[in-house]
Amino acid sequence: MFESPGISYATLWPVLLVLGVACAGVMVEAFAPRAARFNAQVGLAVVGLAAALAGTVAIGSGASLGASTGEGALIVDGPGVFSQGLVLLVSLGGVALFAERRLDNGVSVFAGQAAALPGTPAERTASQRGLEHTEVYPLMMFAVGGMMLFCISGDLLMLFVALEVLSLPLYLLTGLARRRRLLSQEAALKYFLLGAFSSGFFLYGLALVYGFAGSMSLAEIGAVAEEGSSPLLLLGIGLMAVGLLFKTGAVPFHSWTPDVYQGAPTPVTAWMSAATKIAAFAAMLRLFYVAFGAEGDIWRPAIGVVAVLTMLLGASFAIVQSDVKRMLGYSAVAHTGFLLTGLLGVQDDAFGSTQAVLFYLTAYGFATLGAFAIVSLVRGPNGEVGSLDRWAGLGRTNPWVAATFAVFLLSMAGLPLTAGFIGKWGVFAAALGAGQWPVVGIAIVSSIIAVFFYVRVIMLMFFNDAREDAATVATPSYATSGVIALSAVATVALGVIPGPVLSLLVDAGGFIG
Amino acid sequence: MTDSTTAYVILSAILFTIGTIGVLTRRNAIVVFMCVELMLNAANLALVAFSRMHGNLDGQVTAFFVMVVAAAEVVVGLAIIMTIFRTRNTASVDEPRMLKW
Repeated sequence: MFESPGISYATLWPVLLVLGVACAGVMVEAFAPRAARFNAQVGLAVVGLAAALAGTVAIGSGASLGASTGEGALIVDGPGVFSQGLVLLVSLGGVALFAERRLDNGVSVFAGQAAALPGTPAERTASQRGLEHTEVYPLMMFAVGGMMLFCISGDLLMLFVALEVLSLPLYLLTGLARRRRLLSQEAALKYFLLGAFSSGFFLYGLALVYGFAGSMSLAEIGAVAEEGSSPLLLLGIGLMAVGLLFKTGAVPFHSWTPDVYQGAPTPVTAWMSAATKIAAFAAMLRLFYVAFGAEGDIWRPAIGVVAVLTMLLGASFAIVQSDVKRMLGYSAVAHTGFLLTGLLGVQDDAFGSTQAVLFYLTAYGFATLGAFAIVSLVRGPNGEVGSLDRWAGLGRTNPWVAATFAVFLLSMAGLPLTAGFIGKWGVFAAALGAGQWPVVGIAIVSSIIAVFFYVRVIMLMFFNDAREDAATVATPSYATSGVIALSAVATVALGVIPGPVLSLLVDAGGFIG
Repeated sequence: MTDSTTAYVILSAILFTIGTIGVLTRRNAIVVFMCVELMLNAANLALVAFSRMHGNLDGQVTAFFVMVVAAAEVVVGLAIIMTIFRTRNTASVDEPRMLKW
């Protein structure tokens, strides 16, 4: 006879709440009148995310931490709950950006009617009637639910399902831009095809690892791998790594990153660049440390090579970009390289690589959320202005906006007194502790290359004369201004007084199986 | 691995390779997508074969989950491909090329 698995609802309710809110959002779409949907959806999303965030904080400080539940399918441990909280925090900012309607004549950035073809009367009618897709909020909630599961997945099946639950809504959200729809649809197609391709690799790797270990549980795979290796396991590790490296945008699986970052609606880019990275790295750390920890001698050199290529290529390609979203996309690729450098370290009870990577994700998450939020404010007659030439002189006309953008860029560059500096220092120290000095050396070189293109944008904003068609800064609603302000405060605060977050991370401990 | 399992795993590896080569060489988005589905099904075959070898049900259960995920992926994928096709009258993955470098 089968026994029903024990599920500890006390530690899982935030995830279930977010998924429940997503389902409720679908019901709102089905039954609420059109006029009421926007407020209902935004309200549901904000309340759901805030309650889930409060729940993760309570669970994180509670005693039941470190328990496995659902027959080991989910592991609610310190780092997992921390990354869940981070995903929720970033997603709250994401909802605020999604709901912005003041920048573009009272409509949101999402297509009025995605089914209406670009440039047809149907599209114009939809636009005139002020239609908008409020389905984006349930889609976002489903993705957030998937990300939260990804952070605490304790077996291979859960990893795969969570990966798909978080990916599928992202493909759709990418294609829903109101302006430049061809670009947006093309980005969605690329993201979808390459994403599905990579999840095929992930799944086949999963099958091989299962074939080797005879179990889906990460902890049991780790135990079997301790006793001896086999080509089956190594192939499996390689194929699963391809899937995860794709999600995080590492070279040579990075080619979608700049395209999708540029094509997607800017609020989606802002939220996705932060949240996906957090979830993917949390899952990657757990998989590599818990299940494949015994094979570290095999995967560390390989990940090291990927990290080196990712940092160098991301930083060098960012230099030649003329579009700000694309530049930030390549910068995201470079950041993946720095994070992978942190992965090369070892888990430690004190400040090990888990803590270093999670702190880096915190710093990067706020910086990228704020930076893309500012990108959505800089506009011309035809919507957002991506071309960096037209950003020239922005520091003179709008010193506050330009200065805030500069703060985010400096944090990404890793200058002292910003969160990025502590983040970089942490991952480099973690990798050095494991004797990975060649990779760290190249990481430092890449950081210097990266400083160049970040500072170039700051120079452009403050020291160049504005062109005739220079971009202007639109006045956003309080929600967007709040997101930008809070991200900036977090970026500086984490740089000046990182202590509380660092000790929180040390208390959280390492990933367990 | 017992001999019968090896045969199944080799077959699944061949299917996986066909799928991968198809994704890399074919130009029609629908065909590319079908090749991805072939990769997923290759993994299913391997999972079921390993499940029999190990004598537990984990692999078989996973295969069911994969089928559901693949169905969901079809819905999302065809929606995106259809939109592109209606806009451009082609489903070639070479055709949309506004995003470069």
